[in-house]
Amino acid sequence: MNEKTWKEIPIGGLILDAGNAAEYHTGDWRTERPVHILDKCKHCMFCWICCPDSAVIVKDKKMVGIDYDYCKGCGICKDVCPFDAIEMTIEGTED
Amino acid sequence: MKLVLSGNEAAAYGAMLARAEVISAYPITPQTKIVEKIADLIADGRFKTEFIKVESEHSAMAACISASLVGARTFTATSSQGLLLMHEMLHWASGSRTPVVMVNINRAVAPPWSVWADQTDSIAQRDTGWIQYYCESCQEVVDTIMQAYRVCEDPRVLLPAMLSEDAFFLSHTSEIVDLPPQEELDAFLGTYEPDVRLDIDNPRSFGSLSMPHQWYPEFRYKIQEGMEHAVEAIERVDREYGSLFGRSYGGLLDLYRCEDADTVIVAAGSMCSTIRAAIEELRSEGVKVGMARIRVFRPFPTEAFRALAKDVRSLVVLDRSFSMGSEGAFFSEVKAALYPLSDRPDVRGFAVGIGGRDITIETIRSIITDSLRPDTGITAQKWVGLRRCEE
Repeated sequence: MNEKTWKEIPIGGLILDAGNAAEYHTGDWRTERPVHILDKCKHCMFCWICCPDSAVIVKDKKMVGIDYDYCKGCGICKDVCPFDAIEMTIEGTED
Repeated sequence: MKLVLSGNEAAAYGAMLARAEVISAYPITPQTKIVEKIADLIADGRFKTEFIKVESEHSAMAACISASLVGARTFTATSSQGLLLMHEMLHWASGSRTPVVMVNINRAVAPPWSVWADQTDSIAQRDTGWIQYYCESCQEVVDTIMQAYRVCEDPRVLLPAMLSEDAFFLSHTSEIVDLPPQEELDAFLGTYEPDVRLDIDNPRSFGSLSMPHQWYPEFRYKIQEGMEHAVEAIERVDREYGSLFGRSYGGLLDLYRCEDADTVIVAAGSMCSTIRAAIEELRSEGVKVGMARIRVFRPFPTEAFRALAKDVRSLVVLDRSFSMGSEGAFFSEVKAALYPLSDRPDVRGFAVGIGGRDITIETIRSIITDSLRPDTGITAQKWVGLRRCEE
């Protein structure tokens, strides 16, 4: 557990380490979850280009899934997909 | 070295003597001469500083905050509408803990348009987390700029400060000003060396986000802690300046002839010189009156007022501003400071000199006469000298 008090924190809203945004999982904000349907996917990379959070995971030139730590569920990937290979489901329900 | 300087020119010389490294300011009447004088000093090769021209006061303050985060000593100046436009960035300066020093020329707020003396502009910045000084003379402007940098750059304080001068009554009045030797001021001030600064080789996160469950109240509490340290720092630095250069100003609350006073006038700014003259007259007539000049409004001189209140029968508070729907801020805050005392002096409030209306010795005498009448049970603040039909 974090046992810091106001006395130990720096002043001025300062964070002493750089590059800490990665530690903040903005995927927590998501209300809708994109689900990748591999059978329909042609790996055209439209979703990868358009994702504003760089949350489309690509390996060996193949779209292999979505990084739910950072996907905010905006649905752009679903909108741009020409092959209906991404479906949105309400977060908290079964796929 | 002694020079004849106006309050505006004194501000420019103060910035130069403090060796402000970055200045960003936007001209506005009656502050314009500060910017012009700084430009003259730079053009003459006497003042080595980076002057950043900007399109607004909002940008001027943004530039000062950024330069301060890099570790530069920064200065700016504004007035009235310009200060109001800066309001958002004033919170950023204190929240970022940047020791920016600014001169504000107290000018009335429109509408109706007015360029004359009124303290509404700076009083409206009360809650921005800035230290607030109110100056009475051109000499005090130079001396207070030096003191303010020392206080603001104290690692236990690290807050910005604004020094206010009443429009025209101080900004455009010329007086003999004694400028201490540069080497002695350099030794007094040192250089600004923040522990953490904007540095591309050592990146940090500035201006970050805090969720309610994270550190927001703690960061804000640390600003208040800085203000509490500022009380001691302002007193200490004023004393030290006095021992080095022969001039000090009573720290937060400048007391004048209060030793045996029954009645003490509370005020700030240029009217205090008129009040001193009125006190001399009243004293010669046997009226035991003194003055407590609010030299620093933030942090508020709570303890100094409580100490003063032990020995006086009544306080007469003069506000050159008014909080619509309530009363003048000085009146409210003096009463609030005294509330915990079991034996409190009578406190009366007067709104006076609004929009630059002249405050004469006669104005002060009539206020004192009014407040010496037996308590009528009416404690509301009176507006002095309103033009109206006699009832």
